[in-house]
Amino acid sequence: MIEGILIGLTTALTIQNILMVIVGCFFGTIIGMLPGLGPMTAIALMIPITYGFDPATGLILMAGVYYGAVFGGSTSSILLNAPGVPGTVATSFDGYPMAQQGKAGKALAIAAWSSFAGGTLSAIYLLFMAPSLSKVSLSFRSPDYFALMILGLTAIAAFSSKGQFLKAMMMVVLGLMLASVGQDSLSDITRFTFNNMNLTDGISFVLVVMATFAMSEALTIILKRNDPTSAAKQVSLTELGSIRINKEERTKMYKTIPRSSIIGFLIGVLPGAGATIASFLAYGMERNVVSDEEKEKFGKGSVNGLSAPETANNAACSGSFVPMLTLGIPGSGTTAVMLGALLGFGVQPGPRLYMTNPEIFWSIIMSMYIGMVILLILNLPLIPYIARILAVPKNYLIPLILFFSVTGIYVMSFNNFDIYLMIGIAVVATYLRLYDFPMPPLILAFVLGGLMEENLRRSLLLSNGSWEFLWDRTLTACILATTILIVFWHIYKTFKKKN
Amino acid sequence: MNINTTKIISLLFFIFSAFYLYTAYQIQVFAFDENAPFNARTFPIYLGYAGLFFSGLKLILPDTNTIKVDHKNLEYKKTGILILIAIIYGATILKVGYFLTTSLFLFASYYFLGERRWILMFILSFPFVAAFMYLLHGVLNIYLRDPLLQLIGVMG
Repeated sequence: MIEGILIGLTTALTIQNILMVIVGCFFGTIIGMLPGLGPMTAIALMIPITYGFDPATGLILMAGVYYGAVFGGSTSSILLNAPGVPGTVATSFDGYPMAQQGKAGKALAIAAWSSFAGGTLSAIYLLFMAPSLSKVSLSFRSPDYFALMILGLTAIAAFSSKGQFLKAMMMVVLGLMLASVGQDSLSDITRFTFNNMNLTDGISFVLVVMATFAMSEALTIILKRNDPTSAAKQVSLTELGSIRINKEERTKMYKTIPRSSIIGFLIGVLPGAGATIASFLAYGMERNVVSDEEKEKFGKGSVNGLSAPETANNAACSGSFVPMLTLGIPGSGTTAVMLGALLGFGVQPGPRLYMTNPEIFWSIIMSMYIGMVILLILNLPLIPYIARILAVPKNYLIPLILFFSVTGIYVMSFNNFDIYLMIGIAVVATYLRLYDFPMPPLILAFVLGGLMEENLRRSLLLSNGSWEFLWDRTLTACILATTILIVFWHIYKTFKKKN
Repeated sequence: MNINTTKIISLLFFIFSAFYLYTAYQIQVFAFDENAPFNARTFPIYLGYAGLFFSGLKLILPDTNTIKVDHKNLEYKKTGILILIAIIYGATILKVGYFLTTSLFLFASYYFLGERRWILMFILSFPFVAAFMYLLHGVLNIYLRDPLLQLIGVMG
């Protein structure tokens, strides 16, 4: 193993490869900042360019783009409340309120350090646990995945905000309903399309996320322009604040980062689970373990609330490489694109790769890590310049957010219908947000909808229509028991507060 | 039961879930799939019932956190105009092309939001869109459909 790591390091540390990482990080950050263009698009765009290089250099360039785009996505989540990818949705819960309080620089610095620490710790976990983890991930079956998704959705609903569990569950159901539009994945039967050809392929993730976050955020700002309660927020949005993290904040991060990195890494290892569930679960867990005083700050600019999802989503990014490299099963959409690139290079990921070609395995892992180091060196000094976007007056910023949203949809489909649908969903979402219906549960449910149905289908078919699969396996039963515990804990806390 | 907007939204969601459930039952499945443990309508049916359950609970249970929105302070007019401009933008983008419609959309939006610095408005619409188009189309090689620019020979 040590030999493999050294070969990986030697490959990644050549001048050409370091230059590739720098270029990749820079372009990745810019692309990731544009709402709608996340790491998946960024890496997909890089594939034709990387074919001009040898596999290691090509993968190193993609690694740089990947981490750059993830950081860029966090930046747009924090500054604009417009997450380009589902993995950074949870970042906006506390990052955006922090930016509204005039601490945008600090929020970006916390995000950068947490991402770096999450990635570093997960690389260490990977070093020691990769061989055994591939065996653990192999033991997961459809019922376990189904139960894990129920857990993820319940957790985000329960922890979304005080006294909003039912509203959040309604949003979860709405997200799943939106995901059910279009062709059934197995039988190709169309559902809820009302004979409209534009809906046959379903509603795209980018469309829903743009409508419920970016566009609806822009409309809400305009709608509440004269609201005295939101006027203060508008003023402070133009302030960057210091990027220095003080001792108290550092102490909070020291506690949050290790636990969130473990959750992120373990969730990332599960094929299909990925950074989204990891970041939401880490956020939910963090809210549950902190003191009551700190808990009150969640959703209003909490350091723990920002650090937890940022650590977890980066740890999950590294973790998601385990199933891709050891099983040939991508752990996320982004690793699915990278899997395609690996196959293009003639590298066949699978259980044999770790044993027979450790140098490829480790050069990928090492290049990911070097990508993170470069990103930190490159982006921390640039934070004041990146955050200048906050200084753009609302009269310009709002149309620009709408323009990026429409462009994101336009370049994807060249279809008027998608633009109308996005505007329609944005109007409904804006109205729902006025009455505190949370949007993150809707997004998570929308992302997981297809996978959830797929795993329920397999589970029910295997158990011949019986729901016994929910408690047949110890692992499934444990996950479901955790879900029930969360629900009852939430009900207990609500009643306790009420009395 | 105290009727407030949250309850009305829950009622609308209840009606929507009932309609969704009705439509889910109407999904045509293959004859051999009709009695299978899982077919194309199974998951949507569960979702329909889940929607009825949660919105029903929200309707019945008392509100612990009543949200009051002061509609007098909300800018409905400007928001409505912006939505209307976005709809017109969406309707014309394919026929007229990306550059002109996007530039006009940005310019009109700045104007209706109260901006009157004409030079800045111009820079942040026409040249800005041109630069953005160059980044997407020229540098990143992302195809942008623009019949107008193709007609005058600016775009290939």
